[in-house]
Amino acid sequence: MTNQPLSSGNPRVDVEYRRKKSAEEMRYQVISFTLMIFLTLVAFASVALKGFTAWFTVPFILLLAAVQVVFQLFYFMHMSHKGHEAPTLFLFSGLFVGLTAILAFSTIIWW
Amino acid sequence: MSTIAQKKGFGATVWDFLTTVDHKKIAILYLIAGGFFFLVGGLEAVFIRIQLAVPNNDFVSAGAFNEIITMHGTTMIFLAAMPLIFAFMNAVMPLQIGARDVAFPFVNALGFWLFFFGGIFLNLSWFLGGAPDAGWTSYASLALHSKGHGIDFYVLGLQISGIGTLIGGINFLVTIINMRAPGMTYMRMPLFTWTTFVASALILFAFPPLTVGLTLMMFDRLFGANFFDVTMGGNTVIWEHLFWIFGHPEVYILILPAFGIFSEIFSIFSRKRLFGYSSMVFATVLIGFLGFMVWAHHMFTTGLGPVANAIFAVATMAIGVPTGIKIFNWLFTMWGGSVKFTVPMYYAFGFIPSFVMGGVTGVMVATAAADYQYHDTYFVVAHFHYVIVGGVVLGILAGVHLWWPKMFGTMLSETLGKVTFWFFFIGFHLTFFIQHFLGLWGMPRRVFTYLPGQGFDTANMVSSIGAAFMSIGVLVMLYNIIMTSVKNVKVGNDPWEDGRTLEWSIPSPPPFYNFKQLPLVRGLDAYWIEKMDGKKGMTPAEPLGDIHMPNGSFIPFMIALGLFIAAFGAMYHVDKEAWALPVLIIGLLVTFGSMFVRSIKDDHGFHIHKEELQDEKGAKA
Repeated sequence: MTNQPLSSGNPRVDVEYRRKKSAEEMRYQVISFTLMIFLTLVAFASVALKGFTAWFTVPFILLLAAVQVVFQLFYFMHMSHKGHEAPTLFLFSGLFVGLTAILAFSTIIWW
Repeated sequence: MSTIAQKKGFGATVWDFLTTVDHKKIAILYLIAGGFFFLVGGLEAVFIRIQLAVPNNDFVSAGAFNEIITMHGTTMIFLAAMPLIFAFMNAVMPLQIGARDVAFPFVNALGFWLFFFGGIFLNLSWFLGGAPDAGWTSYASLALHSKGHGIDFYVLGLQISGIGTLIGGINFLVTIINMRAPGMTYMRMPLFTWTTFVASALILFAFPPLTVGLTLMMFDRLFGANFFDVTMGGNTVIWEHLFWIFGHPEVYILILPAFGIFSEIFSIFSRKRLFGYSSMVFATVLIGFLGFMVWAHHMFTTGLGPVANAIFAVATMAIGVPTGIKIFNWLFTMWGGSVKFTVPMYYAFGFIPSFVMGGVTGVMVATAAADYQYHDTYFVVAHFHYVIVGGVVLGILAGVHLWWPKMFGTMLSETLGKVTFWFFFIGFHLTFFIQHFLGLWGMPRRVFTYLPGQGFDTANMVSSIGAAFMSIGVLVMLYNIIMTSVKNVKVGNDPWEDGRTLEWSIPSPPPFYNFKQLPLVRGLDAYWIEKMDGKKGMTPAEPLGDIHMPNGSFIPFMIALGLFIAAFGAMYHVDKEAWALPVLIIGLLVTFGSMFVRSIKDDHGFHIHKEELQDEKGAKA
């Protein structure tokens, strides 16, 4: 029932329940937003601070980027919700196909 | 709009098909266009076999031979097999899941017209200075040096028809995910629907690499880029990778729906539930998954190195496992069934040994070390014709006979169908079996002739005689189709009497809204369950109500036509023709103008009212 707008006129929409759900949702959004800002700061810091070589910073930033993508998809684009199984499946299948190609290209053509 | 069919003039019928968004009519368009290109590709095959029938032949020149083999491969894969498979997906899949149309009827029509104009563009190359001549794989090292516009026709034509295929595939995916009738869970979907689903997913992931490859090739040839030009720091092997990342899944896109057709046939005519349904679904998905990890087995001899060769060889052989699961499931479906030998069942019977032979030679060529011997010989030609003709084409012919009554409401003649089968089947083995040996004896593929006295003479003659047999088979089938259409004897809902899935529960051909009331699906083989419970039809899942239908539209035709015009402009721009740039711009304006009209004009479709549906119930049961 959470995918129906409050104005749908459906008498079975429980306003109290929806309010609680929304509050919970908002908390997750704020937490993940804070975390993303924090991760961005960490990424900048790892470049700005002296003492780290490129061999550390480049993979480290890429790792942070991957984490950010997951946050973006699951919390801001609601992939963690029910009813997103098909998009999830196709997203990861596409990722799999793309990464296989990149892996093959970087190992047997460009290496 | 009345739901009762009316007599229409010829012009009105043509206009109806030009503007239709109905999946059943689009299926007929795909069938006609695909059938036409199948005949064109077949004619090219006959020319190849005439040229090779005797040594030192000069039926065609070497240059013309290169064009013919290139166009034979390209036409058969992209313009014949794909659209014919799409014809069945369009005609049958929405009916099998109990839907009134595909998810995006407008996009469905657009997909057809893009494919059609792309195919016409490609074939116009015959009349405009020569066809593409670098093989259907169009390897960049050859293609970049090809004179004239042949390769440009290939690049632009395939690009246009590729967009059509891609949006068609996405459309089928959305339809299957969202539009299944009440009770039609994933594990109750008929196997043809499952294979359509997996093949569409493969289209979604496999066509973008082709698009990228063709775009890079277009820039190299038309706009002076150097992606594949080794002398300028490019890399020609990248084209091969991009092509085969697309090209290998492509053969599964073709064969999986054929597997689906055969699964339906074995089950219907053995009058038994498909043996090991869930393992069939699993095998289908697994084949689709593995299909993306094997492309480099087409490139064993390019020097990938032993590690890469070993990985791709093992992955390739792994595909034999799910395919083997399928073969055994089909055999077990027939085991203990009450088998009825109809024409579709003939094809299904012929398919099993033929395809297994193709599979066995597939494992042979997958062995990287041995492949150095087989590579670029007739052994490879024999192998892929065994899987594509022995699998896909037999599947398409079987599907034509099986679903002809559902698509057109008439039964093809069983006798003529069996004549077709025997001519085609014997001709097929006669043509291609001997080619294994030609390859092992050392005859290279893609040569336009050979010298006498090398031991190739008799075998090539045998092969050409086989091609004549196949041609006779196809001609008999054409005669069959014409005679059936002229006689026009209509049949009922379930002409094979043993239909199991939803498409057999509605009239042949179905009314344009398919289902008056969406059916309630109570299990696998939904219609069979109801029949076994002594019911005449499906239990409705909803009360009789208004049905919302989309309006027809001429815009898909215009969008595709615009790209067709633009392609000419892009191609002749290289020759510094003054008219080329304006033509390119006009073409793009037509396309984007049509898209703009589509975007700003609201078209909400129309409703068939409950009362009309009720009236009809009395008139026709």
